[in-house]
Amino acid sequence: METLELGKIGLLIGFLLVIVGFWGILQQKNIIKIIVSFTILNTGINLVMVALGYIKGRTAPIIDDSVEQLANHNVINAIVDPVPQALVLTAIVIGFGVTSLLLAYAMKLFRAKKTLEINQFNDLKW
Amino acid sequence: MNSEMIYSLIAIGIGILMLIMAVIAILNDKLSAAVIAAGVVSLFASVLFLLMAAPDVAMTEAAIGSGLSTLIFFYVLNKIKRQNA
Amino acid sequence: MLRNFLIALVLASFGFIFLNLYNSYEPKTELTGIAAHYAENGASEVGAANLVTAVVVSYRSFDTLGEITILFLTAAIISFFLKLSNEDENKVIIHKGTSEILKTASQLLIPLIFLFGVYVFINGHLTPGGGFQGGAIIASGVVLAIMANPNMTINHTVIVWVESLSGVTVVIIGVLGIILGGGFLDSTLDGYGLGEFGTVFSAGTIPVIYSLVGLKVGAEISNILNKYQKSQKES
Repeated sequence: METLELGKIGLLIGFLLVIVGFWGILQQKNIIKIIVSFTILNTGINLVMVALGYIKGRTAPIIDDSVEQLANHNVINAIVDPVPQALVLTAIVIGFGVTSLLLAYAMKLFRAKKTLEINQFNDLKW
Repeated sequence: MNSEMIYSLIAIGIGILMLIMAVIAILNDKLSAAVIAAGVVSLFASVLFLLMAAPDVAMTEAAIGSGLSTLIFFYVLNKIKRQNA
Repeated sequence: MLRNFLIALVLASFGFIFLNLYNSYEPKTELTGIAAHYAENGASEVGAANLVTAVVVSYRSFDTLGEITILFLTAAIISFFLKLSNEDENKVIIHKGTSEILKTASQLLIPLIFLFGVYVFINGHLTPGGGFQGGAIIASGVVLAIMANPNMTINHTVIVWVESLSGVTVVIIGVLGIILGGGFLDSTLDGYGLGEFGTVFSAGTIPVIYSLVGLKVGAEISNILNKYQKSQKES
């Protein structure tokens, strides 16, 4: 238990959420359930990315009084990595955009065939 | 117990709850329960982001992932139920 | 039966890959590479106290421009889809009244929500927050207003003008950065230097850019949610 620190816990939980999300996408037959699994997959990937930037014992990357107290005016020894956090900020917003687009497509598909099972949509299958 | 072990234990507890809610979201038959379970997964992920020293990401995930995403799902479910009945 | 076996095979291979990645992961102990440069020179070059804001708006501003473009494209496609699928637009829609609690509470809460959203994106460079978070909070306030009062229509022209003007102004500030500063979307321009570190009017053009981004994101998400709300049919 002593070697289990916060970065590795976040990494493990992220990987497990990715596996659960993939299982939902592959196994379910209802379109809304597939979109819900897609959002769980997105959350898992974002957790993995933020966990990779965590450094043990340091604080958030905002320069205010607590950072200056922590490392004697030397910022580089007191904060975690700010680059993955900036990338995850973009990724969360884009994930929301993709989800809303998927739901608009699902509404149009339901209007066309009055059902939500993906087995009924076999117009393009040979 | 120093504070770092307390944070690790809280993170493990939140992680186990998150995985249980994710499995409920996939296995349940009612669509509204699945959507609410996905919203709870986003909420716990926001707390985990805060424990890993990322307050910007936590705020964004709470506002967009747990609030607006669940709202759009319920709009779509309402419209489908109205067209079905 | 074969389908379940193949799904289990795919998940097991993913699990094997992730297990190898997890076992060979060594947590970092020092900031290296580009993060060290941002941590040391971020306060003096850009002037923002929030280093994540400095990275998003100033150092990696091209990625933010790409994200704004993707959000704009999403809002446009959703308007296109949900407009053509309204087969009976001539039907008169009469909405039932909403409950008393919702109407009274929304009158109290909506100004506070808007004030909080504007505070979050104006102080994006000092405290955690920024344009995207503030825009999402403003969109939540707009959704509360729509739900409490279903007969209210949002003026489409206002949203289109706010969104377009914000986007064009961000690009104009970026081009001014090439002429007067160090590059595209640089935070220090020739006549508009960095202010005092830690106040609201510091960090050069970062508060201006982030406020415009916040208004644009709020207008786009409000437009998406308005389209979803209007496509419900009630009688």
